[in-house]
Amino acid sequence: MARIIQNDKALAVNPLKVSQPVGASLAFLGLERAMPLEHGARGCASFNKLFFMRHFAEPIALQTTAMDQVTTVIGADDNVVEALATIAGREAPAVIGLITTGLSETQGADIPRTIRAFRIAHPEYDGVAVIPVNATDTQGCLESGFALALERILATLGPTAPSKVTRPHQVTVLAGSLLTPSDLDALRDWIEAFGLSPVILPDLADSLDGHLIEEGYSPLTYGGTPTGRIASLGESIATLVIGRSLDRAADLLAERTGCPDHRFPHLHGIDACDAFTLTLSRLSGRPVPARIERARSRLQDAMVDCHVPLGGARLALAADPDLLAALTGLFSGWGAEIIAAVAAARGKGLADLPLDEVRIGTLDDLERLATERAADLLVTNSHGAPIAGRLALPLLRAGFPLYDIQGGHAWTWIGYEGARQTLFATANLLAAHFQEIPPFHSIYRQPAPSRPADEPAAGSPRC
Amino acid sequence: MKSEEIEALKNEPACAHNAKSKSGCARPKPGATQGGCCFDGARNALLPIADVAHIVHGPIGCAGSSWDNRGTRSSGPDLYRLGLTTDLNEMDVIFGRGEKRLFQSIRETVEHHAPAAVFVYATCVPALHGDDIAAVAKAASARFGLPVIPVDAAGFYGNKNLGNRLAGDIIYKHVIGRRDPEPVPEALRRPGLQIHDVNLIGEWNVGGELWNVAPLFDELGLRVLCSFTGDSRFHEIETMHRAEANMVVCSKAMLHVARKLQEDWGVPFFEGSFYGIRDTSEALRGFARILGDADLTARTEALIAREEGRVAATLAPLRARLTGKRALVFTGGYKSWSIVSAMQDLGLVVVASGTEKSTEEDKARIRALMGEEARMIDDNDQAALIRAFHESGADILVAGDRYIYPTLKSRLPFLDVDHVRRIGYAGYDGMIELARNLDRSLSSPVWSRVRRPAPWAVAA
Repeated sequence: MARIIQNDKALAVNPLKVSQPVGASLAFLGLERAMPLEHGARGCASFNKLFFMRHFAEPIALQTTAMDQVTTVIGADDNVVEALATIAGREAPAVIGLITTGLSETQGADIPRTIRAFRIAHPEYDGVAVIPVNATDTQGCLESGFALALERILATLGPTAPSKVTRPHQVTVLAGSLLTPSDLDALRDWIEAFGLSPVILPDLADSLDGHLIEEGYSPLTYGGTPTGRIASLGESIATLVIGRSLDRAADLLAERTGCPDHRFPHLHGIDACDAFTLTLSRLSGRPVPARIERARSRLQDAMVDCHVPLGGARLALAADPDLLAALTGLFSGWGAEIIAAVAAARGKGLADLPLDEVRIGTLDDLERLATERAADLLVTNSHGAPIAGRLALPLLRAGFPLYDIQGGHAWTWIGYEGARQTLFATANLLAAHFQEIPPFHSIYRQPAPSRPADEPAAGSPRC
Repeated sequence: MKSEEIEALKNEPACAHNAKSKSGCARPKPGATQGGCCFDGARNALLPIADVAHIVHGPIGCAGSSWDNRGTRSSGPDLYRLGLTTDLNEMDVIFGRGEKRLFQSIRETVEHHAPAAVFVYATCVPALHGDDIAAVAKAASARFGLPVIPVDAAGFYGNKNLGNRLAGDIIYKHVIGRRDPEPVPEALRRPGLQIHDVNLIGEWNVGGELWNVAPLFDELGLRVLCSFTGDSRFHEIETMHRAEANMVVCSKAMLHVARKLQEDWGVPFFEGSFYGIRDTSEALRGFARILGDADLTARTEALIAREEGRVAATLAPLRARLTGKRALVFTGGYKSWSIVSAMQDLGLVVVASGTEKSTEEDKARIRALMGEEARMIDDNDQAALIRAFHESGADILVAGDRYIYPTLKSRLPFLDVDHVRRIGYAGYDGMIELARNLDRSLSSPVWSRVRRPAPWAVAA
């Protein structure tokens, strides 16, 4: 059981937290032909678009209602209607995610009512789903905004009653924001290895994995969960939920469909992998495939090989709650000591972590704790780089944003193979920063005497 | 900020936008808007002041996804890179605790980070709420004994450009003129050489590009009192009114700072650019001309001859490879022609230029450079720009970061000239870097490989 310590300072220095609208927008970026629309001043969307562009190295579909001085005071409902009509008319998306921000929430915007006004004014766009998400940035973090959006996506597009038919191989996956696009690909392979067919929601692997398409540029998402599939989730034999932050979304789906669910806080490290693999085996009624057994034994071998550098390594972690829990599970399973754990905001399950304390705070807290407690390695987002520089420590990049490396979004953390590669990467970072014993220079040692070049050294063989 | 004050700023008389239609100040279209807000613009303009603590007063949305995201560099303190925000939560908003939290935040900043000054940026939520950041700044300044500057430029006031202007205006009112510069130390004086004090206004030191030209200023005996604001310090900004000449670098938004310095302090100014060989040389000549120093003029010409000769030798092989290549330049505003001239210096043909934020004067300069038939594009939509690229038969797109991935996704070469980049292109050496990067992109072996279909697709 961990004690949760809330930072009580007025000033946040080097924030770890990213706002809820960012997370809500991310969830929509995992839907096919989607456009998130942030209801606020244009800066909200502009900052967040750049944030994702740098993280994923991709064009990002994201628009704004562009509130200005007048509409902020007298009401911006017309902006919302105009924005929805403009996007629907220009881009013909399947879905628009209408996301509030601190500004529109403080103003008191009533977005469900505004959507009704849009429907009355523009029946020609009835085919475009509009999903409202209240995601003020005065609460929560990226992870909670993502979870809120997923809940609203299920509420709007999901099944409303238990299905009469079941697709015997279909499983639903509710995928939390702790998973990278590459994680989701690994997850799909994992599930398919048991003959099951996953519907992943939201499917960031299909939209933001970074792939070229024939058409070149698209103003909408490049892929993602088809909205039509969301209505069929009741036909799955089970729902797999990854991340504690999705509990409410999972509750809603379970309540609507009666579909049994299996919840996993994360899929990081051998314990979590074993639990997930066992579940897949039971669901499918199939034995664990040989290649998964092989991957597991490879991870075990790597854990043995790396147990010395990892054992007792002092790690300082900072991330959103689900990812923090995942990283804690991953590293502590290898014998590393988590000397500091900083979460961006409160989250389910933080108190259950096998740690003395979890701090709700900033990267400044991470820097201070890492200094005081003599960390060996930092694990956090790219903003950790200047801190790692100041403390002369290695940094393993995880979370959002990753802007100073290529392919941060393409790292696989989960599964046996993801864990193994992460283990090697961690061990290598620690080895590169390993402090050997500093050389000692005895006061009695003399430099070699200088001698003429052609004079053979004394004691050397003569011919 | 009162709406009439905002209107007054939009009517900046030295801004050529205002001679005709205010193309840069149009109402944004909800659902089809690109670009940042007023707060974004204000912070971008002031963030390069390196020894200042920049506190963003608002909920996490304003700083959380955007702190430390600029390419601007400092030669000394790096306080400006700290992400500082009051991170207002639900309770702060409901109970109106924003002002108290801000005051306390300033206290914590002063105690832990020893800034030269504190800048406090208002954002939408506290502005809507009615937080009086000017009163808090005044009280904090009195209590903690250092300048605390309120930057009242909340996001919903307008676009990024307005934020730039507000920032300049605030600095003019609160900071410039507070102090006289120290005299030039005797040891640094050279016999027979008159040292002149100058300012650069609107130079942001992106990727350290100011340092490509700063040594030339030293050599010529031009003391840069302040580069506003790239690699600047608070105490340097205080002395800007004592310069003998100002250069406004690639910036319409900061024009009114130069105009006010001319009106109130008699400091003459000219507009110029450090992008391109011709423009860099013209900028140096501009100082010599405006300062009316014959000796400086002679030394400037000698320096230009030497530098142009030096880079010409390095550029010759690159120019041979670039000559005739077709560039579409989409930057808007001042850069719409300053980058054009840089491209032409390298032998490229500029097939079209973006004019989204350009004034009539900018457009006239584009015509002068590119001819009467010059194609101008003012639609900033990414898809429209890609279409224009194909229609104009361009080989490379030169634009800001907003267009990087749409362009690369379309399998087209791209050169980033945004302020988030880490590569400096200013000055003579910047030109070499620019030429190298153009060549690397244009002649990259990846293009043919990403454009060709998979062999099995052809076989089928």
